[in-house]
Amino acid sequence: MSRNFFLFAAMAGLYALTGFLLSWNVSLSILNTALLATIMALGVNMQWGYAGLFNTGVMGFVALGGLAVVLTSAEPTPDAWAAGGPGIVFGLLLGAATIAAAIFAWKRMAAGRLRTLVLLAILIGGFFLFRAVFDPAVTAVEANNPATYGNLGGLGLPSLLAWPVGGLFAALAAWAIGKTALGLRSDYLAIATLGIAEIITSVLRNEDWLDRGVKNVLKLPRPWPVPYEVNLQQNPAFLDFTTRWELDPVATSTIFVKLCYTSLFAAVLLIAIWLTERALKSPWGRMMRAIRDNEVAAEAMGKDVTRRHLQVFILGSALIGIAGAMMTSMDGQLTPGTYNPLRYTFLIWVMVIVGGSGNNWGTVLGGLLIGWLWLIVESIGPAIMGGVTAAMADGPLKQHLVDSAPHMRLLSMGVILLLVLRFSPRGLIPEK
Amino acid sequence: MDVLNALITFLNFVAVPGLAYGSQLALGALGVTLIYGILRFSNFAHGDTMAFGTAITILLTWWFQSHGISFGVLPTALLALPFAIAATAGVVLLTDRVVYRFYRRQKAAPSILVIVSLGVMFVMNGIVRLVIGVDEQNFADGGRFLISAGDFKAATSLAEGLAIKSTQAITVITAVVVVALLFWFLQKTRTGKSMRAFSDNEDLALLSGINPDRVVQVTWIIAAALATIAGVLYGLDKSFRPFTYYQLLLPIFAAAIVGGLGNPLGAIAGGFVIAFSEVMVTYAWKKVATYVLPESLAPDSLLQLLSTDYKLAVSFVILIIVLLFAPTGIFKGKSI
Repeated sequence: MSRNFFLFAAMAGLYALTGFLLSWNVSLSILNTALLATIMALGVNMQWGYAGLFNTGVMGFVALGGLAVVLTSAEPTPDAWAAGGPGIVFGLLLGAATIAAAIFAWKRMAAGRLRTLVLLAILIGGFFLFRAVFDPAVTAVEANNPATYGNLGGLGLPSLLAWPVGGLFAALAAWAIGKTALGLRSDYLAIATLGIAEIITSVLRNEDWLDRGVKNVLKLPRPWPVPYEVNLQQNPAFLDFTTRWELDPVATSTIFVKLCYTSLFAAVLLIAIWLTERALKSPWGRMMRAIRDNEVAAEAMGKDVTRRHLQVFILGSALIGIAGAMMTSMDGQLTPGTYNPLRYTFLIWVMVIVGGSGNNWGTVLGGLLIGWLWLIVESIGPAIMGGVTAAMADGPLKQHLVDSAPHMRLLSMGVILLLVLRFSPRGLIPEK
Repeated sequence: MDVLNALITFLNFVAVPGLAYGSQLALGALGVTLIYGILRFSNFAHGDTMAFGTAITILLTWWFQSHGISFGVLPTALLALPFAIAATAGVVLLTDRVVYRFYRRQKAAPSILVIVSLGVMFVMNGIVRLVIGVDEQNFADGGRFLISAGDFKAATSLAEGLAIKSTQAITVITAVVVVALLFWFLQKTRTGKSMRAFSDNEDLALLSGINPDRVVQVTWIIAAALATIAGVLYGLDKSFRPFTYYQLLLPIFAAAIVGGLGNPLGAIAGGFVIAFSEVMVTYAWKKVATYVLPESLAPDSLLQLLSTDYKLAVSFVILIIVLLFAPTGIFKGKSI
């Protein structure tokens, strides 16, 4: 216990040190990002730590959460809806109906050549029907004022509401993936999730009607209690507060906004920990771990292993989706070009492994620690590299080394992961 | 109705690129499938091993070029290839010694080894970016075309030209030679036979006196050679960018799984299945259709099933179909 307390205190010390030495602004923004990554890591920990499921598609679920923010809380664009909204919705419904019809035919018809032919006819016919309805509608929507819109827009609902929607999107995607890949070899889930993550992000990058693609959706509203700095700087109560404590109103307003986010995220994190801890300590959690440790024995005891796996896979992915939505609503914009598997999938994995897979508190520690390390190197990495190379003569080699500072992060993360796996495979705070 | 021109268009835009890309994927999938068959885990670092080998090749190519060494009409990279293979094999053997061997002795679960390979992937990725940066590099030199479109049109007086880039020809020829050598090695030599025995049944192989360390070493060397060759051929044909090589992981794994993980023949078939589906689904068929169909039926649209931005989706869909209907792949792989 005292060891864990020391570890958390040391971690808090790192953030405090960053605040004193660099600035509280940097420290808080690192903390916010790390909190989000920690929630994602909790989702991965449910999948890997509880059940031994290997999900390499974290990035995809994060991106789906981001999409949920755009679709729920971006301002509505009635012109785009009038131009092609119904056509797009009808087209998507046709596509879904085609797949449903294909599954129905597969399930209901007797195996044989006839079934194959009917299936092919449904799929090919459905595809062309879908394109015939969908394509003109997309062209119409994208032609609507492409410089500012060109997309369908959202529903204009509060940003907080987008968070559960993000979880829902991620859960639906997880259901579809889990249905196909679970119950097979463990590696297949890893490869299937790796693929779906790449496909989700390429959809976000290329479907302008949905989220403006690489043109990014900007000016997403902030979640409910978080104020805008500009409004804060004109708020008499706030100005009163800053003059009494002799603070700079501009700097204080940015810190205040960040603190609002910190408390929101910390609240979500605490709820998530409470729920996951409760789940882990319930009969359900013991069953999950029993399945993880010996699938054959669990199956012999009458547990439906594939179904339980599907359940925990969906729950974990939903948590990741919620965190993804929170991230996009904090950024205030969706930038599909920035979703990078190393940052959003594998870094989260490093957090879980370093912290201690199977232990939620370990995951939280790992998340905050690795998150701090990853982001602090972004702030001070070039300075360190500059210091290291200061003695060298100016030239292409020095320039190359200074430019390569960001890649050192990948290298160091890999080395940390390998070292922890080798020498402390149960992580900083091992599972009980 | 102009079947001949339609055929040439098809060959030019679908068959030839598909054949070259399929050979590259097949070589990549062979590496993955060999590691899977003998070391029994999915090596996520394979894409970055390809990137590493290619990066070394590019550096050596630049060095050769700066010394005025060239390979005539062939790309200088082919001259650098053997050295790069040796370097990559050395690095891969070192990772096995430092990283993987510990888990092999422990008989760790396959999913632990996959995570370990993720760590190796991170490290390799970092090294490649440190060494050569993240930018796109073109390193093909020597002759550009075996047959250029203009020459073909002049020779045949057809409206459509057939261009075969020299890199495409080199890719296919190299792939054939490499695959032939590999199968000869696996079927005829003593080491190859012991590798197959080890893959089929580890305990029996150990009982009959096969040295497991040697089998593992040879497997890594072959995998490194295959990865470097596949990476260099892909880079010559298209271009080199570290992130693209990471993304190749999906089609390569799809190819290996479609063919049946652990089955070398399956990996080759899988590579071509994936490559041709990708090219055919993302190709705009308008030109071919215009030649084949009567004028009244000529299409207005591009007749493109999916935009090229979604070529990864093709391998993914094929992967899902195989997982649903034949989890062991077309040629029976090792396990479900």
